[in-house]
Amino acid sequence: MSKYTTIVGLEVHVQLATQSKLFCRCSTQFGAAPNTQTCPVCIGLPGSLPVMNREALRLSLRTALAIGCEIPPLTKWDRKQYYYPDLPKGYQISQFDMPMSEHGYLEISDAKDRFETKRIRILRAHLEEDAGKSSHDESAARGDSLIDLNRTGTPLLEIVSEPDMRGALEARAYLDELKLLLTYLGVSDCNMQEGSLRVDANVNLHLDESGERIATPIVEIKNMNSFRAVERAIDYEAIRQYTLWQESRQKIGDVPKQTRGWDDAAGMTRGQRSKEESSDYRYFPDPDLAPVRFSSEEIEKSRNGLGELPAALRARLQSEFGLSLYDAGVLVNQGRELVDYFFAAVGQGAPAKAVCNWVSQEVLRVLKERELGIDAFPISAGQLVDFIAKLESGQLPSSRSREVFDAMHSKNQSADQAMQKLGIEEVDDSALENLCRELLEANPQVVADVQGGKQQAVGALIGQAKKKNPNADPGRVRGICLELIGRGL
Amino acid sequence: MQLTSLSAARQIALLRAGEASSVELTQAYLDQIASHDGKVGAFLRIDPERAIAAARKIDERRTAGESLGCLAGVPVAVKDILAERGERTTCASRMLEEFRAPYDSTVVARLKAADAVLLGRTNMDEFAMGGATENSAFQPTRNPWDLSRSPGGSSGGAAAAVAAGMAPLSIGTDTGGSIRQPAGMCGVVGMKPTYGRVSRYGLIAFASSLDQVGPLARSVEDVALLYEAIAGPDSRDSTCLPNEVLPVGAKLHQPLEGLRVGYAKEHFAEGLDSEVASAVQQALAQYESLGAKLVEVSLPHSRYAVATYYVIAPCEASSNLARYDGIHYGYRADQTKLVAELAAKKKSLEAAGDRHAAENLDTPLVRLYCKSRSEALGPEVKRRIMLGTYALSSGYYEAYYLKALKVRRLLRQDFDQVFDQVDVLAGPVTSSPALKIGSMKDDPLAMYLVDLFTVSANLTGIPALSLPCGRTTAGLPIGLQLQAPPLEEERLLRAARMYEQATDWQTEAPPL
Ligand SMILES: [Zn+2]
Repeated sequence: MSKYTTIVGLEVHVQLATQSKLFCRCSTQFGAAPNTQTCPVCIGLPGSLPVMNREALRLSLRTALAIGCEIPPLTKWDRKQYYYPDLPKGYQISQFDMPMSEHGYLEISDAKDRFETKRIRILRAHLEEDAGKSSHDESAARGDSLIDLNRTGTPLLEIVSEPDMRGALEARAYLDELKLLLTYLGVSDCNMQEGSLRVDANVNLHLDESGERIATPIVEIKNMNSFRAVERAIDYEAIRQYTLWQESRQKIGDVPKQTRGWDDAAGMTRGQRSKEESSDYRYFPDPDLAPVRFSSEEIEKSRNGLGELPAALRARLQSEFGLSLYDAGVLVNQGRELVDYFFAAVGQGAPAKAVCNWVSQEVLRVLKERELGIDAFPISAGQLVDFIAKLESGQLPSSRSREVFDAMHSKNQSADQAMQKLGIEEVDDSALENLCRELLEANPQVVADVQGGKQQAVGALIGQAKKKNPNADPGRVRGICLELIGRGL
Repeated sequence: MQLTSLSAARQIALLRAGEASSVELTQAYLDQIASHDGKVGAFLRIDPERAIAAARKIDERRTAGESLGCLAGVPVAVKDILAERGERTTCASRMLEEFRAPYDSTVVARLKAADAVLLGRTNMDEFAMGGATENSAFQPTRNPWDLSRSPGGSSGGAAAAVAAGMAPLSIGTDTGGSIRQPAGMCGVVGMKPTYGRVSRYGLIAFASSLDQVGPLARSVEDVALLYEAIAGPDSRDSTCLPNEVLPVGAKLHQPLEGLRVGYAKEHFAEGLDSEVASAVQQALAQYESLGAKLVEVSLPHSRYAVATYYVIAPCEASSNLARYDGIHYGYRADQTKLVAELAAKKKSLEAAGDRHAAENLDTPLVRLYCKSRSEALGPEVKRRIMLGTYALSSGYYEAYYLKALKVRRLLRQDFDQVFDQVDVLAGPVTSSPALKIGSMKDDPLAMYLVDLFTVSANLTGIPALSLPCGRTTAGLPIGLQLQAPPLEEERLLRAARMYEQATDWQTEAPPL
């Protein structure tokens, strides 16, 4: 029993995959030369006015519905005010007290059963515009800071969870599941390196002190650039907070919420200056933008267009096709296209388990090695079905299946063509029996060993059999040899 | 015949008939500016060469038989708060002294599309905050009727330019009365359209939910012309209304049958100048003699209008003006000096042993914000930023901002009820005629009360118009304010024209 429980809530900023920014028509393409994707609106020039991008609203509605959120009939825009050089208007357009969605959930589970399947409640998901990017050139003698406003005004959906996760493992599961869901929805490219997905974590501890439950002060962790970093930061922070608790005995409410930055290279969090964190954002409704109303038709239309989402897909793979949670997860994690490939193969009569094995092992291996998507995979679902059928019928010995599979995808051959080229043909029983008899006669010592109880002695013959006939199936050679010896040849 | 004494409508007719050229007309106004503006100070900048070149181009196009816009060849003065591509737009502030917008505001774009000749930029209170055009960082503007007096504000330059015959048409903006009040004090016609009738795109924001662009001119007909040229839907302003604006045309001159004119008893309370009161009462009597029915109405919440306005407007202003941070554009304080000062301060604190104070000194960035804003913004602008920042702060937001929004709704209900009973509401524009320059410099509260009769139209979004209705014994103009329900600009203009046709206040020119 652990000394404490780590309590985690996550705030995830998702960059929505719109062509243009939230309030202007500038491109959201990543990687352009600094300050080239800007206009009077997104750089906040005097007199410019925001005009809402309906596509961003459509994508956030889709996401909010997929995480089970309620959609209030009316939502509005607020200004969150603070000064920073990468915030050109002196305020960020966000949503304060009337977010576009609230009260949702995301279910997480672990294929390795390290925690029980649970629902993580989602407090709210709201839309806001991104700020620009500051780079501080510490090396320059004057310590100049550079500002790139290309990102300014990019639509972000901020998804705020309740503090329902217990430790880094569950936090990681939540992030993986959320990212998978967003990918299925097609609402974001979820590229963390390019900042399309950003995570802040709120962490504190629950302890039992002689029967009394105590919560330690909440710490917000920022600057985590990968899911792995989130896990490490939470683990680090739990230990740090426990040590601190033992020294200070500070409970939640004793000190204000602290913000700490994750230093990935050093593997630790560092406190940020208190001046930077204490702020009154002076939220108020943005008078430049009208409130937004979602009609019930619009909401229903969006809900009906969600498609089959990962959780439902995993459940169906388990219930309809008998796959394990683990196998279902492997397929679903690769994206809908791979699952469709699986469905296509199974739909043409191949056994689900065999298809799942080939897809989740060999097909995925090849896709990874050749850096292909399933859409560009040379073996069609039909060809895979044919291949598996030959294997199941014994026409293709399992010992040579990988050779055939590799020839199929590397040389674009059908199973028949590959087998023909490789000279694979089924050896009929009488031919095989003749071959075995020949070998046994030539190797009396093996016969004697087997008769003396050493069955494994037959192994010495298998190599010889394959040399004489490459199509000889090792299992069958072994079986026939043992049978012949048993019958006294 | 002096071209500049004619109405813009008449000038357009002459230009069309080929009896005058735009170059002649523009030159006539430039001559007026040359002879009067040294005294009046209505313009911040004029560009005679550019204006003449534009006029010449229009004349050439006319000669070539091209179809031209509705204001073709007529000069228009523009308040220095509307962006024009490549040109300076200063808001009469040091902060934006060198600001050149890379885009056209919708209003300027529409003036260009109407083939108007852009004459120059008129003076104003800094960021439109003020009622006397004395808060301009660059110069005061004087009232053409009495140079020792203010023209009102914040569109004081716009009103004075028209009154002094230095422009036939003029664009102003009105957040709490900034078109109507100077129009009244300068004896010209000015209209604040319904909120959302004219695009705010490119209008440098003071208080976004109250700001509205509108026309000033010497006659109701000219005001209608300019209004029709700039009004209408705009996809770049989400608050701009989708309703098309139809030209009022010849209907303008037809009196409104059975017009019900309301007057609010609250408008004739204590504090109203007696000469203003009697002029407005005579105007009401004039309406009656024209067949209108007078109805006394009540606006019970109007006594809270100024207080409400001075919460909402500063709140929005504090936010809108946050962008002038000394980083992105505009004025920037001397950074080298500032960094050196901070370093010296830190050193002296450390020497004195006050480590805590030394560690809590501003960062150079925070100091740069403070200094740039302190140096480049004027006292009235800073006062309103502080008011708004305070009112939006956590702990005060509900008591000030949210309460103000509630009163704003109640006020709108008052007006809705009034407009159930009457077609237009008539009353004074201001409680007194033009004031001596500097008379309210040290009394901001008195200055805020100047907006008493005008702020309600901004808070409720309704259209309102000011037109001359008399002269004090000292010869100062007195204005009559007419207000109408939302989107009823046509009714407002026709009601104004009805009165104007029966009187001749607009024909007199100031003694310059
Ligand atoms: Zn832009």
